[in-house]
Amino acid sequence: MLVALLALHGAIGVGIFGGGRRLGRRALLVGLIVPLLTLTYLVAVFARVTDGRIVTQTIRWVPALGVEGALRVDGFSLVMALAVAAIGAAVLFYSWFYFDAADDSLARFAGLAVLFAGAMLGVVLADDLITLFAAWELTSITSYLLIGNRYREVQARAAALHALLVTSMGGLVMLAGMVLIGQAAGTYRLSRILADPPSGTTVTAGLVCICIGAFTKSAQYPFHSWLPGAMAAPTPVSAFLHSATMVKAGVYLIGRFAPAFATVTPWRPLVISVGVVTMVAGALRAMRQYDLKLLLAHGTVSQLGFLVVLFGIGTPAASQSGVVMLIAHVLFKAALFMVVGVIDHHTGTRDIRALPVMSGPRWLAVKVVAVLSAASMAGVPLLAGFIGKEAALDALVHGRFDANAIVVGVVVVSSALTFAYSARLLWGAFRLPERLRKGVESVVVPLDAAHPDDALPPTTGLLAPAAILTAVTVAVGVAPALLNRLVGAASRSLDPRTLRAGSFGFADDPADLAIFHGFTTAFWLSVVVIAGGLAIFALRAPVARLLRHGTVIPPGTEIYLRLLSGLNTLSRQVTGVVQNGSLPIYLGVIVVTATAAPAIFFLFHFDWPDWPPLTTSGAQYPISALILGAAFAAALTRRRFVAALFLSAVGYGMAAFFVVRGAPDLALTQAAVETVSTVLFVLVLRRLPNRFERRSTPITRGMRIAAAAVVGVAVFIFAIVAGAWRTAAPVSTQMIERSLPDGHGRNVVNVILVDFRGLDTLGEISVLTAAAIGTVAIARSGRRRYGGRIKTDATASSTAATSDRTAG
Amino acid sequence: MTIRERPSPEREVDLAAVPSRVTFYAVVAASMYLLFAGHNRPGGGFVGALVAGGAIAVRYIAGGIEDVRHVTRVRPWTALGLGLAIATTAAIIPLLSGDALLNAAKWQLDLPVFGTVGVSSVLLFDIGVYLVVVGLVLMVFEAFGDDTSDPELTAAASPRPTEDGRS
Repeated sequence: MLVALLALHGAIGVGIFGGGRRLGRRALLVGLIVPLLTLTYLVAVFARVTDGRIVTQTIRWVPALGVEGALRVDGFSLVMALAVAAIGAAVLFYSWFYFDAADDSLARFAGLAVLFAGAMLGVVLADDLITLFAAWELTSITSYLLIGNRYREVQARAAALHALLVTSMGGLVMLAGMVLIGQAAGTYRLSRILADPPSGTTVTAGLVCICIGAFTKSAQYPFHSWLPGAMAAPTPVSAFLHSATMVKAGVYLIGRFAPAFATVTPWRPLVISVGVVTMVAGALRAMRQYDLKLLLAHGTVSQLGFLVVLFGIGTPAASQSGVVMLIAHVLFKAALFMVVGVIDHHTGTRDIRALPVMSGPRWLAVKVVAVLSAASMAGVPLLAGFIGKEAALDALVHGRFDANAIVVGVVVVSSALTFAYSARLLWGAFRLPERLRKGVESVVVPLDAAHPDDALPPTTGLLAPAAILTAVTVAVGVAPALLNRLVGAASRSLDPRTLRAGSFGFADDPADLAIFHGFTTAFWLSVVVIAGGLAIFALRAPVARLLRHGTVIPPGTEIYLRLLSGLNTLSRQVTGVVQNGSLPIYLGVIVVTATAAPAIFFLFHFDWPDWPPLTTSGAQYPISALILGAAFAAALTRRRFVAALFLSAVGYGMAAFFVVRGAPDLALTQAAVETVSTVLFVLVLRRLPNRFERRSTPITRGMRIAAAAVVGVAVFIFAIVAGAWRTAAPVSTQMIERSLPDGHGRNVVNVILVDFRGLDTLGEISVLTAAAIGTVAIARSGRRRYGGRIKTDATASSTAATSDRTAG
Repeated sequence: MTIRERPSPEREVDLAAVPSRVTFYAVVAASMYLLFAGHNRPGGGFVGALVAGGAIAVRYIAGGIEDVRHVTRVRPWTALGLGLAIATTAAIIPLLSGDALLNAAKWQLDLPVFGTVGVSSVLLFDIGVYLVVVGLVLMVFEAFGDDTSDPELTAAASPRPTEDGRS
């Protein structure tokens, strides 16, 4: 069932992506079926999974390497899968109203969104590290394509490439880590590794690698800069991938590994310090933004840092609060992105300095949704975000790990900042435009964007998904007990004791969720957070002046661009040295290396064998004479054409040798190759000067003669020695024996080509194809093409008369 | 040795067209024989395609690239792509029944004229190889052959300085 579900994502996704142009806007509806089916399935297994029973399915993949397509639904997977399916469905529904109906990239978007949903499900359901990695990379690729959905815009393409380079680099490092851990554990099954964690230096190195992969995916400092760049994507993409689901993949992985490995030395210092830095830096950057979407993006970076800290600690209570925080974040962040999309869609801008006043009953509804979701982000009571944040503070205060006081302090500070940027979001979107119009406030608007007087009211459909998500936020905030079952199952499924025991149910389960736990430390910290947030927001003018000093730190994108251009320069220089363009040098290096390098062996072990019989029949003497004569003549002649003919003569001489030794197949092949290649040689030679040029100095000529001599002597020695030193039976004997029974053919040469070494042949014809295309491309570059419409500028006028000619 | 003057199209038809066509079909028939008989007797897709390449060369010498295009009908890249697709398909098919890549199967067929014929599944693979190699030859003619309809090529065929002196 699980495999079928993923296959369905693949089939429908590829179908819409490939052939959806005819569907147009309806592609979204076809795509919508898939997350709805996933949701149905997850609801169907909900009771079973939250009871602690685990749904698994395994298919064979690469049995020789111990790699299996293993899928597994436990509590934590269920949370993530629900998020993917629910937000996927909401986003596809939202897109129906968001995109212009005539937008021809709709089918592409819908197909990629479905493919991404499948890949993301693969990440969270995989129980095999290699399966997980494959799905992980698929999410990177679909993310790349989705960020570049408006591929005609250079900015979108650059942002897409940035995201791809960073996340796939991290993915490769992660793969290395997975292999290290898999080898140390003796299995690639995630559940087995976590239940019985291996240890040692290899494992430590592997864990660091996996953390780097998770950091790049979840936009942690110093890899964060791709995420704000990814805001070049259409808003539905940002809501789906870059806030709700994909960026949580790294968090997910850390959450999986932390309970088993948190006490391994570098884990907690590494993960917690990276998370803490990301939290604060992301929140500070969010405070500086004028673009609502960028504000949310930097806010996402900050929140992801928070999640990394919570999951990275690895204690049951911290993981439990992480799960709640994760659910709350999915709900409010997707809703907020959708709201920003509504504003962008109806006003044409996201810059708070250029927004129009949005009034009217429908805008009021937008404001209610925005205020509730942003308040949840800020951690205001009676909303989901508050439940998560208080659970987190409680877990941190009671956490028994080093430096937890510092972590608590940083979390309080960054939560206050979160409150402040949430307020900035609301104030900027809805309050500032009014104040600007009244003239109460004035800002420097660097853009020449005029303030449209009023924005058109949004449609109900566009607002509906955000409203539903916000309703869930409120429901969870008011009645957190709704989540007890799901969160309990998720945090128990992460608990190493559960993993070892194989079933749920402990006396010391983390406490149930509640609105009010009494006047605990966490409660007072929440009060401090809200008071601090209000204070920062009230002092926004001095704070903004202070934050402006932060611009001395270059943004991550700039560092990325510098690294990229440095890499380009390096590769250009290396290429300039290695590929200098001289054919004689290429050829000389290749043949001398191929023959002289193995010849070094003979310097140490030279054992001249008995002289083998050089000839077996009289006919070989004249053939040898022909070959030798033609070879010398080819080397001595000054005419290219003559040289080519002499080379053919050498080839035909070889064919004659084969005939004499009784190998008609080889002779036939050799003769045919010689014939065709001679004809083709002549075609090319017509374009070259008639004679070889005499520019070569005695030194270069001497070097050429030396190279030729080295190659000739080395090949001769190999031929003699290799024949005499054979100890194993030649493989050809076996091939001849097996040709008819296994290959169903009497022509051994053909059976080798198409059966025994068929894969080689397949590779060779692929190379031939590439070479053929390259030949035509090089020969015809700058000239008009076959069938002729495309011309270069220089030839355009002269060939205009014949441009109607068609091929054949 | 000088650059060969290309004969005008009228003279080509008079002198070389008819014999070259007869030769062409005879050689192509021979190459087909090599392709189909190749599994048990000397031959095979690769050799067969090279022989067909020789036949194409004959047509080129007689009628230039236009004649080659006319007689082969398929475009070179179509032959290449089709060949690669057929070969890949033939290689993958055994995987579907759980066998190894390129695993050979053999069937006995009773055909009306030829009698009982053994057909191996690798024949399909060989046909793919054949098409790729024929496509390659066509591509080279396409790349370096004279294009009688294109005055640019005449200029391009004139001698140019080479990189030969560099070493």
